[in-house]
Amino acid sequence: MQFKLNVRRYDPEAESPAPYWREYEVDVPANATVLDCLIHIREYVDGTLAVRCSCRSAICGSCMMRVNGQARLACATKATDMQESSEAITVEPGGNMPVIKDLIVDMDVFWNKIRQVKPWLEPVQPVPEREYLVPNETILDLTVAMNCIMCGACVSDCTSLEVDKNFIGPAALAKAYRFVDDPRDEARQERLEELSDYGGVYDCTHCFFCVEVCPKGVAPLERIVEIRERAQSAGVTNNAGTRHAVAFEGIIRDSGILDEPMLLLKSIGMNPVEQLKNVPGGVRLLRAGKLPLASGPFHHKIPGHGNVQRLFEKVEAAQEA
Amino acid sequence: MLEHDVLVVGAGLAGMQAALHAARQGASVAILTKVHPVRSHSNAAQGGINAAMEEDDPWEDHAYDTVKGSDYLGDQDAIEVLCSEAPETIIELEHMGVIFNRGSRGQIDMRAFGGQARKRTCYIADITGQVLLHVIYEQLMKAGTTVYEEWFVTSLVRQNDAVCGVVAMDLRSGELHLIKAKAVVLCTGGAGRVYEPSSNALICTGDGYAQAYRVGAPLMDMEMVQYHPTTLPGNGALMTEGARGEGAFLINADGERFMQRYAPNMMELASRDVVSRAEQTEINEGRDINGCVLLDVRHLDRNIILQKLSQIRELGLEYEGVDIIEEPCPVRPGMHYMMGGIKTDIEGATFVKGLYSAGEAACVSVHGGNRLGANSLLDTLVFGKRAGTSAVLYADAISTPEIPESRLQQDQELINGILARDGESGERAAELRLTMGQTMHQDVGVFRNQRGLEKAKNIVAELKERCQNVGVDDKGKVFNTDLLFALEVGLMLDVAEAIVASALFRTESRGAHYRTDYPDRNDDDWLKHTLVYARLSGRAGDGGPRLEALPVTITQWQPARRTY
Repeated sequence: MQFKLNVRRYDPEAESPAPYWREYEVDVPANATVLDCLIHIREYVDGTLAVRCSCRSAICGSCMMRVNGQARLACATKATDMQESSEAITVEPGGNMPVIKDLIVDMDVFWNKIRQVKPWLEPVQPVPEREYLVPNETILDLTVAMNCIMCGACVSDCTSLEVDKNFIGPAALAKAYRFVDDPRDEARQERLEELSDYGGVYDCTHCFFCVEVCPKGVAPLERIVEIRERAQSAGVTNNAGTRHAVAFEGIIRDSGILDEPMLLLKSIGMNPVEQLKNVPGGVRLLRAGKLPLASGPFHHKIPGHGNVQRLFEKVEAAQEA
Repeated sequence: MLEHDVLVVGAGLAGMQAALHAARQGASVAILTKVHPVRSHSNAAQGGINAAMEEDDPWEDHAYDTVKGSDYLGDQDAIEVLCSEAPETIIELEHMGVIFNRGSRGQIDMRAFGGQARKRTCYIADITGQVLLHVIYEQLMKAGTTVYEEWFVTSLVRQNDAVCGVVAMDLRSGELHLIKAKAVVLCTGGAGRVYEPSSNALICTGDGYAQAYRVGAPLMDMEMVQYHPTTLPGNGALMTEGARGEGAFLINADGERFMQRYAPNMMELASRDVVSRAEQTEINEGRDINGCVLLDVRHLDRNIILQKLSQIRELGLEYEGVDIIEEPCPVRPGMHYMMGGIKTDIEGATFVKGLYSAGEAACVSVHGGNRLGANSLLDTLVFGKRAGTSAVLYADAISTPEIPESRLQQDQELINGILARDGESGERAAELRLTMGQTMHQDVGVFRNQRGLEKAKNIVAELKERCQNVGVDDKGKVFNTDLLFALEVGLMLDVAEAIVASALFRTESRGAHYRTDYPDRNDDDWLKHTLVYARLSGRAGDGGPRLEALPVTITQWQPARRTY
């Protein structure tokens, strides 16, 4: 079967290196994957095409790239599924990581973030002579996080990382969950505190892209939310993220409408230095007309806000039941 | 010049284990690997890792099953080490953070695997290798071990009869470097790509076998090539033996559980060589479905499939469009594993000073003529540890070698030669490999005979000639994967040569080596290993490899008739 691929190329050794597109036509079996197409190109059409690949069965994580605009494993993506009408299949390197050559990106960025979460077990002492006894349900839960093959698809398409390089990111946070959730790990509390800090679980914007692109069902966002819940129940609340969540809930409950300046003040907490740091941002909001001065900087309660309170009470009652 | 006491080549389970244990001895250790460690092929081991963990399961029973599985070709001293050290290895892994599936008391659970008299396989769903690999890598990050990531060894440096370093290319810059090392440990894995098709990853190009062979280290039992009974016809991907461990059937075109005619007691859980031969016989005799038999799990509980066999369900859906919960999946025997490899003793030392090896690259030999499922992960860890530890002992006793910088030149010239030819005027590496792979599958596969082996020998010799003239399209330095592949094909052809020569040499049938012209096992003449040496250039001879036989070590289990 014939497929057309439009591949984003980059040669760092060119005279003035710049990305460019190159179209290829390949004749491969109908059930070929996008990786099969790329290997065919490399082996028989154009040996200069650089691509990382190894297992061909979605376990090694080498061939993450963007196909038709979304991060995928090329080896787990059927070419027929990507061929929309007569348009060529577009193939690009993964995002949020610098390109080295063609479809090969520099994954140091990725691994540095993984290392940041101290990704190894700190065994609970004393270490038993035999294995630790762990309920199988816990193992099944941990298996979801251990399914991660570190392909970088979630990092490639993470919208938070795109604007905030400091964010630890979905893969590293899912990895961190694997330890936070492990009853054999002694550093749980310390981990929860670090993960709740700046750059951690609260810097995720819930765009769900990581859940959508993960080829292994790790669903990093869900792991992130679980870390938050564990942190809050472990009393790790002295951080902007928790204050933000608590303030958000309180403001809505009280007035039925989100009061952004109040939310900001409450999230920062009673720290004059931090508050001062946010003054320039406030000025920018004001200039952009995003602070409604006419009604004063702070909102009034909406009419009938008692109904909102009753909604809260209903939800809480349902949770208790 | 870069310099270490111990340089480990390859960062799969064996390599990382060797490096971790070498570093614990306080030596300066580094790992050099052509892919990032977690991309290594240890990932692909799905089903589990064997260990006699339960009180009523003495390790000697595990050893007996392994000896019998090997068709009595395994060295029993080595098998005793493998099986007696297995339980402590599992506990060590568990303490590192491996999340084994658990039984009712929270203890490590066991599943059934082929060729074993009882349940003895520790597992994590069907991603055991992946979890082990990632957890060992966690330990490597913790230890802060130096990793030359995405580097490729172009040759081993041998001086005064000892290996004392490597020449390697940093793939990212394309620069060649000389790395001095008092000891080099080859943990480079298998050589699946020598065959087409194979369950193995694209990186499994047998680099270590060929590099060791080229500096005079003998390879042992290279004719013992395992065909796994359940690989997908499309891309050769593996469907774990764990499926049969959980109770899956194999059926032919008549809907018959044909294993009852080949292994009435163990049925689908007979040794891999036995099951693969049975399948191939069914296929050859026309009871096939498009060249395949069927793997059937429809009678298993849906939750068992979802929890314990989820990855192979995904593989079936992705590559064959078959949901194994609803319908049986076509499978066939596929090249999977090299029982043979670089000959080592039980401490991981090869016949060349300074050169060590472990894992699939090595042949201790614990697998003999046929490896039991779930013994390979165990092999990597037990002997990776030993190789790393003994490499340090050796390194401690010698002084730092002196290697002239000019040693780089011969490798640089080889590379320049390839770069000077393009993919049009020169030979295309992909074509050479495909011809080699198809030849090996056809004539050096499940069934072999003199005529086919002679044919394969001639084809491989001709391909080696043509490979002298290999060319590449890519002339750049940065990530020149075209050049890398050309170098790998050169190495693979040496491995193919060694396999064919060994298969011709062994005129009997044992384990995975089945000669239709010598259909019986012949203990009188062949209770022996084959050793194959390369004819080093500049020495006299006919140019082909040189073969020797080596006695098998027998401790407590006398060879007996093997039935399942």
